[in-house]
Amino acid sequence: MNAKILLLLVFLPMSALAQGFAGLGTEAKDFARPQPDPSFSFPADHGAHPDYRIEWWYLTANLTGPEGTAYGLQWTLFRSALAPGTAPGWDSPQVWFAHAAVTTPEAHHVTERFARGGIGQAGVRADPFAAWIDEWRLGGESFARMDLTAAGPDFAYDMALEARGPLVFHGAEGYSVKSAQGQASYYYSQPFFEISGTLTLPGGAVPVTGSAWLDREWSSQPLAADQAGWDWFSLSFDSGEKLMGFRLREAGGGVYTAGTWIGAEGRTVALDDGAFRAEPLETTQVAGREVPTRWRVRVPERGVAVTVAALNPRAWMDVTPPYWEGPVTVTGSHAGGGYLEMTGYE
Amino acid sequence: MTAAGLQALWSHWRRNPLQLFTLLAGLALATALWSGVQAINAEARASYAAAAATLGEGQFDQLVPRAGETMPQARFVALRRAGWLVSPVLEGELDRDGGDVRLVGLEPLTAPGGLGPVRPGAGGGDLADALGGGVVFAHPDTAARLAGLGPRVVADRGVAPGTAVADIGLAQRLLDLRGRISRLILAPGQPVGRPPLAEVAPDLVRRAAQGRAEVARLTDSFHLNLTAFGLLSFAVGIFIVHGTIGLAFEQRRGMVRTLRALGMPLRRLVMLMAAELALVALVAGGLGIALGYLVAAALLPDVAATLEGLYGAQVSGTLALRPAWWLSGLAIALGGTGLAAAGALWRIARMPILASARPRAWSMAAGRARRWQAAGAVGLLAVAGALAQWGGGLVSGFVLLGCLLLGAALALPLVLDPLLAAAQRGARRAVAEWFWADTRQQLPGLSLALMALLLAIAANVGVSTMVSSFRLTFTGFLDQRLAAELYVSAEDAQEAAALEAFLAPRARAVLPLLSVETRLAGRPAELMGARVGPTYARNWEFLAAEAPVWARVEAGEAVIVNEQLARRAGLWVGDDLAVGPGRRLPVAGVFGDYGNPVGQAIVGEDLFREMFPQVRATQFGVRSDDPDALRRALVAEFGLPRARIVDQARAKAASMRVFERTFTVTGALNVLTLAVAAFAILTSLLTLASMRLPQLAPAWALGLTRARLGRLELVRALVLAVLTAALALPLGLVLAWVLLAIVNVEAFGWRLPMHLFPVDYLRLGAFALLAAGIAALWPARRLARTPPSDLLKVFANER
Repeated sequence: MNAKILLLLVFLPMSALAQGFAGLGTEAKDFARPQPDPSFSFPADHGAHPDYRIEWWYLTANLTGPEGTAYGLQWTLFRSALAPGTAPGWDSPQVWFAHAAVTTPEAHHVTERFARGGIGQAGVRADPFAAWIDEWRLGGESFARMDLTAAGPDFAYDMALEARGPLVFHGAEGYSVKSAQGQASYYYSQPFFEISGTLTLPGGAVPVTGSAWLDREWSSQPLAADQAGWDWFSLSFDSGEKLMGFRLREAGGGVYTAGTWIGAEGRTVALDDGAFRAEPLETTQVAGREVPTRWRVRVPERGVAVTVAALNPRAWMDVTPPYWEGPVTVTGSHAGGGYLEMTGYE
Repeated sequence: MTAAGLQALWSHWRRNPLQLFTLLAGLALATALWSGVQAINAEARASYAAAAATLGEGQFDQLVPRAGETMPQARFVALRRAGWLVSPVLEGELDRDGGDVRLVGLEPLTAPGGLGPVRPGAGGGDLADALGGGVVFAHPDTAARLAGLGPRVVADRGVAPGTAVADIGLAQRLLDLRGRISRLILAPGQPVGRPPLAEVAPDLVRRAAQGRAEVARLTDSFHLNLTAFGLLSFAVGIFIVHGTIGLAFEQRRGMVRTLRALGMPLRRLVMLMAAELALVALVAGGLGIALGYLVAAALLPDVAATLEGLYGAQVSGTLALRPAWWLSGLAIALGGTGLAAAGALWRIARMPILASARPRAWSMAAGRARRWQAAGAVGLLAVAGALAQWGGGLVSGFVLLGCLLLGAALALPLVLDPLLAAAQRGARRAVAEWFWADTRQQLPGLSLALMALLLAIAANVGVSTMVSSFRLTFTGFLDQRLAAELYVSAEDAQEAAALEAFLAPRARAVLPLLSVETRLAGRPAELMGARVGPTYARNWEFLAAEAPVWARVEAGEAVIVNEQLARRAGLWVGDDLAVGPGRRLPVAGVFGDYGNPVGQAIVGEDLFREMFPQVRATQFGVRSDDPDALRRALVAEFGLPRARIVDQARAKAASMRVFERTFTVTGALNVLTLAVAAFAILTSLLTLASMRLPQLAPAWALGLTRARLGRLELVRALVLAVLTAALALPLGLVLAWVLLAIVNVEAFGWRLPMHLFPVDYLRLGAFALLAAGIAALWPARRLARTPPSDLLKVFANER
């Protein structure tokens, strides 16, 4: 056998990730489901929620190097449960996997890791916060001050993070609806991190600084059964304002959109279905498929009409499952940068 | 015209059914032995590939404990957390009816790509089940033995035979080794910036992927051996076919002349004859493949046992029909026929249209080639001698064997002829004189069959000498090595200490088995520490030693090495060996270590503990005057699981059983070779019989009865067989010497002392005579019953 096939089989029952992202629409069965009007309790909710099927700690950063060169960085830890709950040792139904990447204008370095829960190889501790898999680690004295490390065969990074603003809750107080049928997840972010540190690239060490955005999301059936993939944007404008918006594509051609407008001080306004609009302007042939890498993004009620373009259109994540994720630049009514994630392009 | 030509060609076979039978049987036998051997080789290779894929051996570097069998699972997590991409493997034996099954526990999420047996649609669909601990994958042969184990067993040919694969969590449960792992597989593409291994896990050794290639090399030699046997049989079979075709074409010269005179174009005639032979080849090839399948299926279990016993390589005991195999069988049958018939067809094509149809005794052609034959024999034997003197390597050993056998076979008629001539000169009576002269006259026609007999007897003598020498040496070796009455193993160092304390007052001596995997003389090897005592001093025999061996080893002043290490590193008594950094010790002795592929060196216990203070023995040999009572005490009072105590008698019996099966295959192939030789004698005599009528008729006319002629015919076959057997004996002994002193050393790394077994040789000679006698019986009976009218016709007709 091929371990990759085995992995696909592992993920098949529970999610998302293997059979196109449509797998995220499978039935939740015995897992807990997100309920409206959530009340979060921190720091406990920074930790894992093993009764839910899928959960992630998702960090992206836009960085600048010594000569003004733009870089992007990603660190993502996924938890994916075969069954709700925990058990000690190899009997744990929790599976962990993680992706790390560094994007430069010319190159895209990416690597992945896998681990079983229950043996200590990967996990998340709420207080003091630590999320780890193998030697990769995101953690520190609190959720607001953390260190971040990851390494692959051809790159590594070692960064320090410091939050300059509050946590931001998406949807209705952190209850984020993903379809007209009501599929939803718990979703909050820390988009106000300042980040600095060193990228180790094949050409040598590069000192960098910039801003980072951490998403926390957990659910058991975040997508409706007919949703095939998504385009997700996290944009930081020079004005200090930020925009999170996603577009969920249905198999029939329809879309469901939602978003959050984040003021410079962290005040949020939820954007209902249709308020956030994104249309592809240009595609790139990457990994044998057409992927949109230049977008028109509009939020009429906020006067936003911008062009979002990939820093490196070839930022393909050749991992299990494969997707596109990379830093973007923003021009138009608002200028700035951010990250774009696109899944479900077959 | 084509139809008429076909009919004419076919009529020959209809009038000579025996010839057709000889042709088909010779070709079928040759194909059978060849393709049988190929089937066995193909099955074995498929099994090695499955094993390599299952276990990652040969593909990936591994980390293994420096000492002991397992390590804590925490070592895996610690290495991962330090940035080492490793995947844990647990291996152990499941005691099942019908033999132990090796259970391999893998961790599918971290295992490098290409490991393990699960394929989509193979029944392993629900991985939640596989990870959660519900599924065991096993080769179909093995799956049946796992019934009632508990978890669901999925049969899959991708798993090596005798092995089962499960999730590591399930394997830990089934083997009762919770929290333990055997080794770690290093994934390719490790991340940058890892700390060195010595810092994170000083008690682990990195074993390079090629570390196990040794096994592949060793099994290769075994397969080369089998292939050589198959080729030998095929060659003998093709001799038979060549003879038959030559005879048939000679006999059909008249028909060819007639057909051509009637207007059949030469080209079409040759095409028709080629097509006829192709058809015969296909039919015989098909028969041969079916026979070969039976041969392979019958031999495979023993081959599997041999390979496991000798090299620990697991091979499936059942045969899968592979297209590549039966296609190659047909191809070799066609090719062999073409080779055997090319000369005959060429002569037909070149024959002037009205050339006389007078049949020439085809066998007479052999006489003309005698000079060439002598030159060839001398040349081949010279090459063999040169290789024995200066050759090196396994291939050279086999080339030496080939040259020796072929050269001796070519020389056989040249040696037999003067012997027969001498007998003729010594004969006083007319009949005797005629008998010897007639025997000489027949020699060219029989020489191919006699060569086959010579080779078969020599192979038998050689191989039985090797096997019996091996058995004598091996039994002695077992007594030396398995001297302690009981062998016990502890789970960890703590239990080991308790066990040693428990045993000390109850046993005559407790011998810890201290060992580390290390590199000696630049090769992977095992270094052991021995508690020197009367057990060693009394039981060990050395191939070479410089007394007092054990006293010097005990004092830490010398080391002893096994033959494998000594030969590979070019060491011998008196040389220095670096056993550790900055520590060189003289070699005090070299000991035989049969069946071990790895080099080994032994130092005294004190020195070993000083060099490796962290290594604790977990296995002990126990000397006791009452081993049964001690074993009961270990189980009842100490609480040691029964499975961790092995008694000497059982270990010896198991080793001997492996040994006995080891050479069954060689024995079976020997019998088959002898059978092919007998068949060659039969067909040669039968084909000669019809041509010899003109030579026999005058003897009959002078008053020798047909019955007497028949008896003389039988006696002649026996005389030739006796002479051939007498010549085969020295050849067989030389063959045995080459096998023991050259091929064995190259293939296994040890040299066996050669012993002689005259009684065995006498029995073998009797068998060979029996085979020749049986083969000659039928032609002799036919001669005795030849109608007198046939004999009279010789004088009446112009032939």
